[in-house]
Amino acid sequence: MQSGRKIRVLIAKPGLDSHDRGAKVVARALRDAGMEVIYTGLRQTPEQIVETALQEDVDVIGLSILSGAHMALFPRIMELLKEKGLTDVLVFAGGIIPEEDIPELKKIGIKEVFGPGTPTEKIIKYVFENAPKRA
Amino acid sequence: MFDKQKIEEIAKERERWEKSTLPNWIKQCPERQKEFRNHSGFTIKGLYTPEDVKNLDYMRDLGFPGEYPFTRGLHATMYRGRLWTMRMFAGYGTAEDTNKRFKYLLSEGETGLSTAFDYPTIMGYDSDHPMARGEVGVCGVAISSLQDMEVLFNGIPLDKVTTSMTINGPASVLLAMYIAVGDKQGVPREKLGGTTQNDNLKEFFAQKLCIFPPKPSLKLSVDVIEYCARHLPKWNPISISGYHIREAGATAVQELAFTLYDGIAYVEETLKRGLKVDEFAPRLSFFFASHNDFFEEIAKFRAARRLWARIMKERFHAKNPRSMWMRMHVQTSGCTLTAQQPLNNIVRTTIQALAAVLGGTQSLHTNSFDEALCLPTEESVRVALRTQQIIAYESGVANTVDPLAGSYYVEALTNEMEEKAMEYIQKIDDMGGVIPAIEKGFFQKEIAESAYRYQKEIEEKKRILVGVNEYAIEGEECPVKLLRVDPSVEKKQVERLQKLKRERDNRKVKEVLEKLHYAAERDENLMPTIIEAVKAYATLGEIMDILRKVYGEYKELIII
Repeated sequence: MQSGRKIRVLIAKPGLDSHDRGAKVVARALRDAGMEVIYTGLRQTPEQIVETALQEDVDVIGLSILSGAHMALFPRIMELLKEKGLTDVLVFAGGIIPEEDIPELKKIGIKEVFGPGTPTEKIIKYVFENAPKRA
Repeated sequence: MFDKQKIEEIAKERERWEKSTLPNWIKQCPERQKEFRNHSGFTIKGLYTPEDVKNLDYMRDLGFPGEYPFTRGLHATMYRGRLWTMRMFAGYGTAEDTNKRFKYLLSEGETGLSTAFDYPTIMGYDSDHPMARGEVGVCGVAISSLQDMEVLFNGIPLDKVTTSMTINGPASVLLAMYIAVGDKQGVPREKLGGTTQNDNLKEFFAQKLCIFPPKPSLKLSVDVIEYCARHLPKWNPISISGYHIREAGATAVQELAFTLYDGIAYVEETLKRGLKVDEFAPRLSFFFASHNDFFEEIAKFRAARRLWARIMKERFHAKNPRSMWMRMHVQTSGCTLTAQQPLNNIVRTTIQALAAVLGGTQSLHTNSFDEALCLPTEESVRVALRTQQIIAYESGVANTVDPLAGSYYVEALTNEMEEKAMEYIQKIDDMGGVIPAIEKGFFQKEIAESAYRYQKEIEEKKRILVGVNEYAIEGEECPVKLLRVDPSVEKKQVERLQKLKRERDNRKVKEVLEKLHYAAERDENLMPTIIEAVKAYATLGEIMDILRKVYGEYKELIII
């Protein structure tokens, strides 16, 4: 068990697509695993996502996108996080993201990408092991 | 279907069998699971006999195909007369790209067009809107103005094909553009055939591509229904959709009940426009998913037809049998496709497509095997279309009408589907109808709950997904070639749009948009004004912005 507060996670949906089944299932699984989970709702701009992350003082951000616009939107989110000084936040992503895009996403600071069919257990374990430790 | 005495005899024999024959077999070969359930949660018995359908009345519950209650099919000859329409959902890139894909599909034997729009179009934004960044032409074709629509149907005579358009919030605008293209081609409006999805209600709890709040959204849907009833006799103004409800995580019975309830709401709203039920109900159409559980799906399609016929006759007093027809399009279930071992998806799709055909669908889309990874390539789409052609021409299942009728199992399941769906319908009636139920989050909670349960069952291996939680390949490499939309699409599309905005008659555009604003505030049917606006090359975004001003925008009710 972590000392101090519960891990705070923001599950965010950038892009215009409305496929929120995965995001909601992951949000609920993380919550059931004992984390504080905030879900942004659909169609959030990079600015809105980073603003919510700041307001909610989260440790982890999970980005879910299935529209194919990840290469246009993720770099902007990572840029804004850096601008706001949120460099210690763990960012992971999920959805329909082709393998060949993953190296580029890792380069800009997205730590992990979970494809379709990933068990929620694997995501829970990943977050517990990699969330920044805070008092 | 059996007399009472016969049923009693069978019951007695069954009890004897359960005591004498069955136990030995179970001892030697115990059942694989303690309990067998389908996705709707119905307990599936090991054996079905006439006892399970003892209350089935052939004439009341099944009847003959082409006759009430249409359980056995809408047409007397079904596929012996005409096969279902093979309609493949397609759209990506610019209008030119999709026009090319349309022509390819028609040349490969497809019999109807089905258009996928990109997210900006679906949300009513022009391609140059800031929210459109990175999304233009990615998940569908980008259509911002009549000019794009003209390119999309270039060289395709609109009196020779029927076209389905998956569009909801902006359905009236896209239909207006289609009418305008038809006018330019010289096709009389009474000859335009096709479907606009235009089902805004399910957006609030399933597809969630909502633009306006529920009430104006419903008004816009009904505008299209009313306009078509009066002016476009061959157009299906709405495709009342369970597909998205299912894909969002609902079970089969929830899909059935919620979809039919949306149908009830559209009928009630349209009646308020002063139309009689038989003046518009024959053109209402439906859209369902076909998921993995073969018999459950077949039962769902058959129950859907019977239940809708009963609702139209008993609740709405329709007289024309066509008002009682549930004409349906089916799509195999996208959420069952796996990114792992994608070729397995061809098999899944085949089973699902077969269920749709045995369920008596009018039209079918089969998914391509690579769709858990990307938009389908020409090759994968061809395999998907060939799947339908093999079912149609090689399997023999299309040679007789409703071949599974009379199966104790299928009829018992069909009855159970109808009963459980009716329970939901009663519950929603008690809540005061569909809009109060949406506002309470009823559908959203029901669906989220089912989705979570389904995921849990997979993770606990109560449900096996071949290639995912069993029979997985360690370190599997993606074996398929992915289709990528050329990033220059966005640039090309934005340039064309901006050129149009410079060169059109902007005074005329301003005038017609003001007229639209006025019509929206006065709560008129907006179709005629929208047709005028698109013909003046007002863009989709400009038209939708006027409506956003008048109706406001929907704020999502967040339910995990």
